[in-house]
Amino acid sequence: MHDMTACQRGHTLNRQELAADERREKRQILGLSLPAAAIILVLLVIPVGWLFALSFVSNGEIGLANYTRMVEYSAYLSIFSTTILVSLFVTVLCIVLGYPVAYLLGQLPPRLATIGLAFVIVPFWTSILVRTYAWLVILQRQGIVNDALIGIGLIDEPLRLAHNLTGTIIGMTHVMLPFLVLPLYATVRNIDGDLMRAANNMGASPARAFRDVFLPLSMPGLIAGSLLVFILCLGFYVTPQILGGGRVIMVSMKIQQNVQTYFDWGAGSALGVVLLLIVFAIFYLVHRLAGLDRIFAR
Amino acid sequence: MSVGPLPIAPYRRLWLYGVVASVLFFLVAPIFIVIPISFSDSEFLEFPPRGFSLRWYAAYFSDPQWMAATRVSLIAASLTVLFATPLGTAAAYAIHRAQSRWVRSLHVLMLLPQMVPLILIGIGLFYVYIQLGLVNSMLGIVLAHTLLATPFVVVTVLAGLQSFDMTQEKVARSLGASWPVAFFTVTLPQIRLSVVSGAFFAFITSLDEVVIGLFVAGGDNTVLTRRMFLSLRDQIEPTIAAISSLLIVITLAALIAVALFARKAD
Repeated sequence: MHDMTACQRGHTLNRQELAADERREKRQILGLSLPAAAIILVLLVIPVGWLFALSFVSNGEIGLANYTRMVEYSAYLSIFSTTILVSLFVTVLCIVLGYPVAYLLGQLPPRLATIGLAFVIVPFWTSILVRTYAWLVILQRQGIVNDALIGIGLIDEPLRLAHNLTGTIIGMTHVMLPFLVLPLYATVRNIDGDLMRAANNMGASPARAFRDVFLPLSMPGLIAGSLLVFILCLGFYVTPQILGGGRVIMVSMKIQQNVQTYFDWGAGSALGVVLLLIVFAIFYLVHRLAGLDRIFAR
Repeated sequence: MSVGPLPIAPYRRLWLYGVVASVLFFLVAPIFIVIPISFSDSEFLEFPPRGFSLRWYAAYFSDPQWMAATRVSLIAASLTVLFATPLGTAAAYAIHRAQSRWVRSLHVLMLLPQMVPLILIGIGLFYVYIQLGLVNSMLGIVLAHTLLATPFVVVTVLAGLQSFDMTQEKVARSLGASWPVAFFTVTLPQIRLSVVSGAFFAFITSLDEVVIGLFVAGGDNTVLTRRMFLSLRDQIEPTIAAISSLLIVITLAALIAVALFARKAD
């Protein structure tokens, strides 16, 4: 009798120890993420929070001056409308060019699809600066496109293709296209081909089957991809700066100018805060409509 | 489930093949136009180049400023790999293993550097670095690049962990291995390919970074991309074509390495 109780007590102790062990291990494993989390907190969350605070300071006074200026001055309004219109246009172009690619690659046998995908992934990982430079070379007055168009007699005078809106949009579309194709391809690849065959067997024309079956099933990938492109366009700096030639002013360029040329941290921060709020609102939308994971599936 | 062509005769979709081929051409053409131009012997950016020469490579390799910027970039990229790879791997393992209500928030936190516009990260870091005296310092550059590269490592290693059978680690644990021993002897060797891929991605991320470098990577620690950007704004000299070609080759080599690793993993 006496032995049993000791034994039982031992059991309980043992179980408590095991549970403590497990908790300790859980903490240790979660702790593994601390260094990465610390880097992100210290170098991203705190600085951006700091900017948020700075955005309420103008000429040493606390207030909303930096924000009211955005509404009052037409220059700011036109920067925002340029940014949004350019981003929208590039997003639409990416959908038009990218959808057929993802659609076809999704149906090709894996080996062929991999080759096609390489044509998307190689530019994706190639430096944005290198690609922007390439477009500058291609689109300049004596560039390949102008030479070819004059060569075939379509135009007499070289067209202005770089250092303006046209060049900006071509360059941005080129940089953004993989961001649309990759998540869309990941979604399209998982659409059951039998569904399209079933629609076909039931008498739907290929166009009808596409519209009523394939397109709705591909929507989550399309939404995720196009909203990602739109967000990245909103904050894009390098390509519009180089290919725009000063004729296309995006929000990011105004932020840079405010901070580096005028040392006006308040004005720059306020623009940044507005940009960030728009971006987060769209991410929330993606999260509700399609799931965030789709964006980062590469 | 079946993947494969629909019962539509291929000739009826010729237009689709045509459209897709043109888009793919649009995607890669710029890259393969830069390389021939870099071998041109002319001051002007002609395509196709009329004569062959290595003068732009010579100009690049003999310019002390370009060389200094290249050295800074390569050192920064290597150090970024050394920081971001273990950090990202550890974080991915934590996200995968820990059954905690913090995991979701942790995952979102890891993706933040890819969600916040770069220009904002740039001026935020610039502000903080001014206070800390880190502007134009190697440490500042490496920390900034680590911030950007870590999410790529996390995503890549998480994908590796998801295809790894975690019961193997449980077996090792039941045989008496502590979790660090189990991780290093059982799990890590099997996900090493995704870790190496993540390291390559971290390297490219650092090497190609422009926007943050414009704010925090000047002076003695001017990175290659910053010099390229500033020179592109003023004039388009063909030396940039030579540097761009080298960057393309480095990227291609890294991607081929990753692809070979992926094949080996299958």
